[in-house]
Amino acid sequence: MAETKEKSHSDEKPKPRVRPIVRLGIFLVSHSFLVSVVCFTSGVLALFLLPVLAKNTYISENALMPGSASPMLSNHHVSDGNRLVKDLTNSNLKSSETGIESHKIIAKYMLDVGAEVSFHKFHPQMNQFHPLHFFSSPDSGKIQENCSCSSYGINTVGIIRAPRGDGKEAIVLVTPYNALTSSFGEVLSLGIAYSVFSLLTQVTWLAKDIIWLVVDSQFGEYAAVSAWLREYQTPKFSSHSTLNAEMCPDINYLFEIKVHSMAGSKFSNSFRRAGTMTAALVLKVRDQSEQFDDTVSIYAEASNGQMPNLDLINVVNYLAVHRQGLRVNVEKLWSLLNSGWLKSLGEIFESLATIAKSLNPKFKFGIPATEYVEGIATLASSLYYQALGVPTGPHGAFRDYQVDAITLEISPKFSLDKVWCSDILLRGGRLIEGVIRSVNNLLEKFHQSFFLYLLTSPSKFVSVGVYMIAFALLIAPLPMVAASLYVDANSSKGDSSFLFAITDTDEHGITIRSWRWLNSAKSVFIVHLWGAIVSLLPYFICQIPDCSPTTSFMIWVLLSILSLLILNLVLASPLACVKASQEKEWALVKSVTISSVFIGLGLMSVINFATAEIGALLMVPMCLLARPLKLDVRVGTLRSCCRIICNLVLGHIAFPPAAFFLFKGMLDGFGSANVGDFWMWVESLWAWNSATYLFIGMVQLPCWVLCVSILFHSC
Amino acid sequence: MFYLGGFIVGGRLSADSSALCSGSKWHVRLVGRSGGPNVTSRIGSDYPYRSVGLQEMKMLYARQGSESDEKSAMLLKAQADFLESSTSYYAPEWSFPPASGNLRYGTLPREAVCTENITPWLKLLPCQDKAGISTLLDRPSIYRGFYLSQRLHLTLTGSGYEGMDLSIILEKTLTVVLQPNSQRASLVRDSEKHIQPSWSLSSIFGNQVGGKCVLAETSNVYLLLDRDRIFIEESSLLSKNSSVLYKFEVEKYSESEPFDLGLTWKILVVWLCQQAPLHASRFLMGSGNERGAIAISLKSTQTTEGFMGAHSNDERCELRVDVFQVVPWYVKVYFHSLQVFVDQQPKAVSDIIEKIHVSPSKDKVSPGVMELVLKLPCSVSSTALTIEFDKGFLHIDEYPPDANQVFDIPSTIVSFPNFHASMVFLENHSLNKSPLLSKFQEKSHVMSYTEVLLVPLTTPDFSMPYNVITITCTVFALYFGSLLNALRTRVTEEESFLKDKGSIIFIIFIHHPTISEEFWFERKLKGDHNQPPQTKFVMVCCQENWSATSAAVKVVGKDNR
Repeated sequence: MAETKEKSHSDEKPKPRVRPIVRLGIFLVSHSFLVSVVCFTSGVLALFLLPVLAKNTYISENALMPGSASPMLSNHHVSDGNRLVKDLTNSNLKSSETGIESHKIIAKYMLDVGAEVSFHKFHPQMNQFHPLHFFSSPDSGKIQENCSCSSYGINTVGIIRAPRGDGKEAIVLVTPYNALTSSFGEVLSLGIAYSVFSLLTQVTWLAKDIIWLVVDSQFGEYAAVSAWLREYQTPKFSSHSTLNAEMCPDINYLFEIKVHSMAGSKFSNSFRRAGTMTAALVLKVRDQSEQFDDTVSIYAEASNGQMPNLDLINVVNYLAVHRQGLRVNVEKLWSLLNSGWLKSLGEIFESLATIAKSLNPKFKFGIPATEYVEGIATLASSLYYQALGVPTGPHGAFRDYQVDAITLEISPKFSLDKVWCSDILLRGGRLIEGVIRSVNNLLEKFHQSFFLYLLTSPSKFVSVGVYMIAFALLIAPLPMVAASLYVDANSSKGDSSFLFAITDTDEHGITIRSWRWLNSAKSVFIVHLWGAIVSLLPYFICQIPDCSPTTSFMIWVLLSILSLLILNLVLASPLACVKASQEKEWALVKSVTISSVFIGLGLMSVINFATAEIGALLMVPMCLLARPLKLDVRVGTLRSCCRIICNLVLGHIAFPPAAFFLFKGMLDGFGSANVGDFWMWVESLWAWNSATYLFIGMVQLPCWVLCVSILFHSC
Repeated sequence: MFYLGGFIVGGRLSADSSALCSGSKWHVRLVGRSGGPNVTSRIGSDYPYRSVGLQEMKMLYARQGSESDEKSAMLLKAQADFLESSTSYYAPEWSFPPASGNLRYGTLPREAVCTENITPWLKLLPCQDKAGISTLLDRPSIYRGFYLSQRLHLTLTGSGYEGMDLSIILEKTLTVVLQPNSQRASLVRDSEKHIQPSWSLSSIFGNQVGGKCVLAETSNVYLLLDRDRIFIEESSLLSKNSSVLYKFEVEKYSESEPFDLGLTWKILVVWLCQQAPLHASRFLMGSGNERGAIAISLKSTQTTEGFMGAHSNDERCELRVDVFQVVPWYVKVYFHSLQVFVDQQPKAVSDIIEKIHVSPSKDKVSPGVMELVLKLPCSVSSTALTIEFDKGFLHIDEYPPDANQVFDIPSTIVSFPNFHASMVFLENHSLNKSPLLSKFQEKSHVMSYTEVLLVPLTTPDFSMPYNVITITCTVFALYFGSLLNALRTRVTEEESFLKDKGSIIFIIFIHHPTISEEFWFERKLKGDHNQPPQTKFVMVCCQENWSATSAAVKVVGKDNR
């Protein structure tokens, strides 16, 4: 990235010379309008160029060696899996009121192949408000006092000890299963896992222990997985909840049966462990499918935009595509696929690439327009799910403990009947076997490949070094504009040619003027304080019993407005009179706002990059364009009219609820939008400890309020 | 004289051999297994290693110069050089009762499996693996096993002042757990219905023993069968824990008629080895790169009711448990955070712990050690000890080459002094002279080795030095460049330049940061109108060149004037 700046002077007047770097800064600040336009457009352009710049994925860790061994899963193991599927579907017919029967069947099957089996009882934890939880590691959870016997789940855990391994590491295979309302897909996923499991008890190459976790998903898959992980990683030795569960007659009955029938076997009542977890795979089978091929969907996003190591996705992708002939999918925003403007943008890029290629055949960066549109759709969803900070599946629970995990969802081409069952069992099983085998090859922990990336297709990625450019370009104008506004407001005449001339006015006036920004900084601080209060309010609102989302949202809005007014009255009013004398007050406020937004975005980019990226797309133009409407109306030129329109549009879009509804409407159509939806969305954000929530509350909302106040500034 | 003894216990086989080296003569001494039958760890390749003062040993070798001593020195070098650093061994105070004080204990928690691992160990045997029982030690078949443990036990006997009585006893133990049948699939599949697979030495090891090593005094293979499990019907008069021992003397066999021992099972035998009263396991708690906790969980095994029953007559029946834990220095254990839970109830540490000896780690000098004596009620069903630690930061050259393989904490030793792992044999008179067997009949504490733990430490991106160098070089170049530039120019000079109406053009090319930052300065000075403008290009690589630059520029300026 070569940056060339040239500046020449041929002034007649001798002036004290300034250092080149300062001169460069002055040049940039004085041309801040041009610079910000150029930077912002190039930032947006860079964002849209990402699918073109995406690189093909490659297996970075040599030890993985995916697909180098031929799969050992045979029809024999598939028939094992089929037996389990048959038994489970039958048992569902027999006793559907309790899921215990099917858990017993699974445990029996696990014992049959020689695995260690234990049950893990858990109580689902209520979602709690942890405003700063994303900074800390997950705690062991609170002990709930009054848990009834009915509200517990049972995870069945089977562990194969690697015969020649040292038992220090383990690979986890998770299959969610709801015994009460088990769909055929869930049962089939159990069948796949079992066929792999029965193979793995016999193989000699196993170096890491295998944990098969059949997760009771009646309280949600994530809750069950995280409960098991909590017990695994941060157990409570003095717990009452397990005692309570022990007392329930139901589960005692279950254990008695086990202990009697398998005397001297590997069944154990206590929680079983197996070393440090290397990787985890969550396996699901979708019931119905509208795909043209047998597909594997990969879900990887964990909380706060954390991603598993790219190698894990690469291995799955490689094995699924090149060995098992499955199509691999990653999430896409489907609504973007049909958009015409993206297609034309893709065509423009494509034609540019062909022109470049005709000039020099070495230039090969073009991709077909359809591929481009797909890349953008995938990239958008990758950004969206990372920005949301909510995990896309139960694998997210593993990432909280720094375990690389992904969810694989297999959706068969045909509807699931018995005929196609074996085919899916064989291919899915071989895929899982291959992935486990290559993770088993690992000598080190996953560290070779990327952790910060965006996917543009299952086999293409944009690494952090590339996608950071777009963000850097987006926020680059902010400090310059802030500086130029500050200088502008401080200079007496506001003429940019005299910006840096030290005038001969009295020093007293200069000092007063140079401290004027403190006043605006105070008002900006008040608004940010208000933002913090607003983001804490839901904690109190959700304590109100029997509150529908809509009313909660209304209460929230009312309280927020009220608190803003109160804060304004208490803190801002005594000094508000100073403002009247300052005609350039709004410029100073804008300058401080922009700097605070810059700081906020910079901080957020460290915590969750995607949030910062999307936030920058919304907030940067709003901050840069904000200008009192009165001034623009007074001028009345075409340019100011455009600015008024832009300001009004951005002022609406950048308001967090409005942005949410707009986005939701784009995805699902506007008909279903409901005011309460936003509350639910916010609730889910803080339930998942998403940093996005804090970002919205403490950066975006104050910024919007400040910009709106600038728009309606009376100058 | 040299004794070789192989010991087969049910499905297990342990080939034990011992030698005492004093001068160039091989004396006979004894070997035993470390914890009786209760070594319950699942460690693939570990060295429960004890040596008597390594430094003393080295001095000793320096004094004597015989061939066998050189061999022993070689052995120490080959097998125990990891003990040379003081960070890896420790002198326990009272965890190993017979030899407390002057004992050094060190373990190597991990060793990559390689067929040559056992070679230095074998080299010490008089016949190596060329003759005798050690021909059984076919590397592929050994490393196919579930468990492998090499052990060296060096003890000094005698006063040592005269040099006459001083002798070093070297005990070498190799413990392997092998699977009888390579076709494990069929075993697993029908484990409930069929009897255990039959085996023979040749099927397990792929080798047969063709006579004894000529240097060995005796060379025996023992087969131990659990009496009360198998011969219940015929041994009603015998005591409970006795076993049947078969002795096979290898010297009776020769190359032409090799020794091959095999068992063909007719009935189903469920082999249950004697278990420690508490099952010890250890695991890590917490996640992340900052801190964590080690938890040692002791759970009572169901088969120990007999043990407990013996003591339960007392009102205050107590079970003594010794815990010996060594942690490397980079795991900074907070010993005050020790918590004890008995039967899921938190207990005050002073109630449970009778004696504690703690030696905190010193960074890069010595490991942290914790020795505990717990007094637990006999009726205890579960006990948990937790202790918190911080993960240290290592200096970049302290990382091993495979730093991302994560660091290991050696296993904890949980021993039960009230319980003894000794074997009772039926007829002692014929076996008395075998040191191997008398060692087995000695009373020794039951010891459990827990799992090795994997602690993920923060590992730097090892390409970081490169990045740091480039960034600091850039910063330094910018800083010194501008500083020297500021120092160089004089205000009066500049003013005179400006009066000369000289205009300056700066062209700065900033390349993408690489190690050397290049600044191209073109300084163009306009002289009189009739003179053609003079141009000067100076390339600046480092700050050393700056003075040259300024000199050159100055010269140009003077010329112009």
